[in-house]
Order: sequence, then structure tokens, then C-alpha cells
Amino acid sequence: MARIVLDRNRCKACYLCIDACPNKVLCVDDNVNNLGYYPVKIDIEKNCVGCAMCARVCPDMAIEKVYK
Amino acid sequence: MEQLVYKRPESIKEDFKIPFCPGCDHGVAVRLVAEVLDELGLREKTIGVASVGCSVCSYDIFNVDIVEAQHGRSMAVATGIKRSKPDKIVFTYQGDGDLASIGIAETIHAMARGEKITTICINNTTYGMTGGQAGPTTLLGQVTTTTVNGRNSETSGFPLKISELLKEIDGVAYVARVSLDSPKSIMNAKKSIKRAFEAQVKGLGTGFVEILSTCPTNWKMTPQQAHERVRGEMSEVFVPGVYKDKVSEAI
Amino acid sequence: MKKEKKLLKGNYAIAQAAIEAGCQSYFAYPITPQSEIAEYMSSAMPENGRAYVAAESEVAAISMVLGAGSTGVKTMTSSSSCAVALMQEGLSFIASDEIPCVLVNVMRAGPGLGYIYASQGDYFQTTKGGGNGDYKIVTYAPSSVQECIDLTYKCFYVSQKYRTPVCLLADGMLAQMMEPAIVGEYPYEEIDQTSWALDGAKNRKPRFIASLDPDQESLRKRVVKLFEKYKKILDEENMFEKYEIEGAKLVVTAFGSIARIVKAAVKKARKNGLNVGLFRPIMLNPFPEKIVAEIAQKVDGILDIELNCGQMLQDIKSSLAGVKNIPVEFFGRPAGKMMTVDEIYEQIEHTYKKIVEKKYGTACI
Repeated sequence: MARIVLDRNRCKACYLCIDACPNKVLCVDDNVNNLGYYPVKIDIEKNCVGCAMCARVCPDMAIEKVYK
Repeated sequence: MEQLVYKRPESIKEDFKIPFCPGCDHGVAVRLVAEVLDELGLREKTIGVASVGCSVCSYDIFNVDIVEAQHGRSMAVATGIKRSKPDKIVFTYQGDGDLASIGIAETIHAMARGEKITTICINNTTYGMTGGQAGPTTLLGQVTTTTVNGRNSETSGFPLKISELLKEIDGVAYVARVSLDSPKSIMNAKKSIKRAFEAQVKGLGTGFVEILSTCPTNWKMTPQQAHERVRGEMSEVFVPGVYKDKVSEAI
Repeated sequence: MKKEKKLLKGNYAIAQAAIEAGCQSYFAYPITPQSEIAEYMSSAMPENGRAYVAAESEVAAISMVLGAGSTGVKTMTSSSSCAVALMQEGLSFIASDEIPCVLVNVMRAGPGLGYIYASQGDYFQTTKGGGNGDYKIVTYAPSSVQECIDLTYKCFYVSQKYRTPVCLLADGMLAQMMEPAIVGEYPYEEIDQTSWALDGAKNRKPRFIASLDPDQESLRKRVVKLFEKYKKILDEENMFEKYEIEGAKLVVTAFGSIARIVKAAVKKARKNGLNVGLFRPIMLNPFPEKIVAEIAQKVDGILDIELNCGQMLQDIKSSLAGVKNIPVEFFGRPAGKMMTVDEIYEQIEHTYKKIVEKKYGTACI
């Protein structure tokens, strides 16, 4: 199953990945991370197709790995 | 059986720090450079030059040897490295203020000498690190901390079109202007960065990529609005495209 | 090949010594009175498989030196006064980065464009730092063509051993005059630079060379370390000439080109029964304060002679703080006609009578 590995403590909450994801896998987390931001979190993992769009647009390299 | 389709490049330090503001395109640009170094197998023989401005922070990110240049002098420093160690791959990572204002002489002359180095220039139409003053690429009408009523050509001159200027130099092998405002443009930018490194590897001359980038903090925009601006007024003045390509000809 | 004594011009002597020392890359922009160095290097460097680059400015030249030096190779630039002024930014970075390199400054008379006369007007520029921050440019001043060679070797060695920029401070007279000299073999051991130099992060962690140091404590330690290094350099690499110092009542201090004329005048004074000696610091920075103080303990007075309005004079005076109340006289000429032996002798005689024999008259200037 396709999935992403997300490092929530590197996210600076620009949410560019949420916009880039074609299948609405990601959403905003209600809990702050170590940097004090509300990071993204994986909402509906089964929707992930492993396209890695989120990883490509992330300026913080918070998405460590993408599996297909 | 799951297949790994993306991971952080090896040319990024394991304990990397991205000190840039939320949504800043710098982070994507450094990753693309790192991916290209990985794909061309250059990491272990690369020496990078960090310039003054936000781009100096690249030393906390790249997993390669790096020397810091004085403000604007990156291409001269890179010349010194490349001429002393011709078998190394040398690249500079500079902002537009560094490259096109204080360092324009070093930039033009390194290219006129046809130095076999690769130069990445982040054009975000402002001096980011010092707090958003007008720079050489600030658009007409753009409000900055030093053009509070918008840049006026009568008093502050015109934005410098870097790629159009540098493509005229004979020593330059590759010139492209790219943006990072969508997954597609990011893929496209990576292709250009790869070409700019190939120009060096093949000894064709200087490889240059100007990256239209966002500065959401100083533009006072969300990252999404900032990308809209890149696609809109910025791309109208600074038209993306490949301006010179001796590399594809050579391949 | 057997090294023979040849009639050599100062500029060519420096260039040939740089080649012999193993200088791997040389970057420069032309300026009189040292352009022959660049001319020589433009063919000699490529002939030896090394790099010569005609820089677009001195700002670029010193930046190229920074880049080259960061790879650990022996590298050099040469220039003169008003153009060395343009290099101060780079020199400050290089000093902070602890990058080894050699700067040859063939001084001309200033301020501004001035002219190409022999002058020592850039003692301050070199020894007091022209760039920002706490640092020193280690400086050696030759006073003959042979010393131009020997000290070029010394500059490369000290720069490589201590990882610091080192300046050979000559002037238009030394650079343009011809004298018999031998470009002998580089006499120093090679210093391994592989532990820090940039050559690609293969089988090791990446290295980073920068002056940027956002951590307060780290920046403080960095500067303190630099000054510990300068102290060590003074202890281990100091060079000077003492001539007829034993039993002298008056000591003349002078450096570089003028020191050789002063030496002739001191010889004449000795011949005429005046108890005079010469102290010539060869290393100007860090300044050998202790040695000046030791000499001052035993004499009645000091006469400092320079081709400027009194620059090393300040270091002589500060060396004497706490020693004793010793008169320090100065004779200088910032530019124009070179002082003759007779002019200097007259000055020595006048100062001698005033200080040692306590007879007062008017000086000839």
C-alpha cells in the first residue's frame, strides 16, 4: 500500500503539501509540534497513491520517504 | 511489495536544518540541487560556495564541502577553487542581491572566462535576510521597506533581467529561468539544474539557473499567495524558459 | 639544475620564488609598480601546469585566493597600496577562516592614487588591519632582492604552517631595482593540509569553512584562538637584523628598502666615531615589542626613520611603555626623492649630538 513517512517536527505549516496532494491524504494537525507550528498530519492514508507530490513541494523536507 | 519512490537525497545532511521561513522556496531549491548531485554521482567531489544572505544557510543543509564567500564574491571564490582543483565539481548558491547587485562584476567576469562552475541564483525580488528591502530584481510598483510607495523607475530604476543579460556571454553554456510554484514547475526546475551541472561536467562552460522564488515573509503573503505572485506578475517580467543550451547540443 | 647567482629585478625575484615555493594558483589585477609579477606568472604558471587567472578586480583576486586557499594549495596574489585597499574585505574573511595564502604588497606612495614612488605609507594598512574585526596579517618586509626571494619562501611556509594570510611588504624601489641574487630551493618542509582542506566529502563528513559564527561563545573563542596563534608566530617565526647594537648609545630603527640606506649611514657614523647601531625588524606584524624594549634598556635614545610620516614609530613607542623615559626621534619622508646616505647621516649626527652629547642645534630635513 502506498504511504508517506512524515517527520511532523520538521513541518513549518506552509501547507503547500495539502494543496499539492491530489487525493486529500493530508490535513492540519490539532496539536503543535516541537517548533510550535500546527503541522500537517496524515488524514486518510488509504487514499495515498505514492505520487510524492507532497514531498516535492515541501520546502522543509518534512516528508522523509514515499512508498508506492 | 511496496517500492520506495522518494527519499531525502544523500547530498542533504542527515541532521540538516532548514532555517528558512515557512513556505520559502529556498528549501525546495536546495533539495533539487542535492537530488541532482546524487543522480549525477557528484557528491563526493563537490565543493559548494555559500554566499551572503539567506543562501548562506545552505551550509547547514548540503552534505558536501562548503566554503563561505564574501557578499557577492561567490563566483570569484568558485573560480579560485576550480582553477586550483580542476577535477572537483564547484557550485555557487546565491541570492539575486548577491549575484546581480553587489556581485554582478564577479558574476559576469567568471562567465566571460567561461569558468566551469554551476551557479544557482534565487530570485525573490527582495533582500530577504535583511528584512525585505528593494534589490536589483524588485518589480516596478513593488512595495518594499525601501520603496514604501512601490518601486518607481524614475528614482529606483528598473528590475534587472538576469538570465537575459547572462545568456549573451560567450563563456556561458546553459542559462534557464525556472520557478517552483507547482509540482510540474519543480520537476522542470530540476531538469534545468541538472543541465547546469552537466555543462560543468562536460567542460562546456558556466551553467546558470535563475530560480523565481517566494519570500512569503517579506512579501507579506501566504505561501499560496506567494506562488500566485510568481505565476502572475513575476513571470510576466521574468519570463521562465531555457535561454541558452549548449548542453543538449553537445549530448 | 644548479642555482646560480643572477642579476634579478625584485618583481621577478618574487615571482620566481613563488614558482619555486610551489605556488599552485596565482590571481591578480595589474597595478604599477608590481605588474611584472603578473606578467611573469601569466606564462610561468601554465608552463608549470599551474593556474594563472587575470582577475577582473582586486576584490575578485583576493576572493579567488580565498577559494583556492580553502582547498589547501599554496596560493598567492600581488598588488599595491590603493589596490590592496580593495582586498581588505577578503583578507578579513581569510584571516577568520584560517585559510593559508600569500599577499605581496609592493607599496606605492599614497594617499589615493598618489604615485609609484617608493614609499612605506602602507605600514598601517598592513599591520593595523584594513578590514573589519580583530585579526592580524602576518607581515615580513624585505630590504634586498635576495630577501624578496627568501622572505617569499618564508611567507608561504608561515602561511601554510599556521593557516593564516601572510604579507610580503615591499615597495617600488625593491620591486624595480636589480641586484645579484640566487633563487635557491624552497628550504622549508611541506605542511600537510589534508586534515581541514576542502577536496570533496569522500569517506568523511563534509567540511565547512566560514567566518559566520552566530554563537557568541564560539565567535569569542575563534578570535581568542587567532590571537594565540599570532603570539605563537611571533615566538617561533620572528625575524630581525641587529647591526652594531652592542654598546650603541643611539639606535636607529628602520625597515624595508630605507633600512639598507640607513645601514650605510650607520656604517658612516661608526667610522666617524659615533656610537650608533641599527635595529631592522623583518617581521613587522606581530611587532617584536619585547626585542625593541630590550634594546631600549641599554641605549640613550632611538631614531626611527621611515618613508612615511611615522607609522612604525607608533609600534616603537608602544614597545617602550613601562621601559623608561627614553627619547624617540623621527625622520621621515612620505614620498618623492629617496633619502640619501648623507641626509640620513646628518640626521643621525644631529640626533646623536642632541640626545647623547646633549648639544642642541637645528635638524636638516
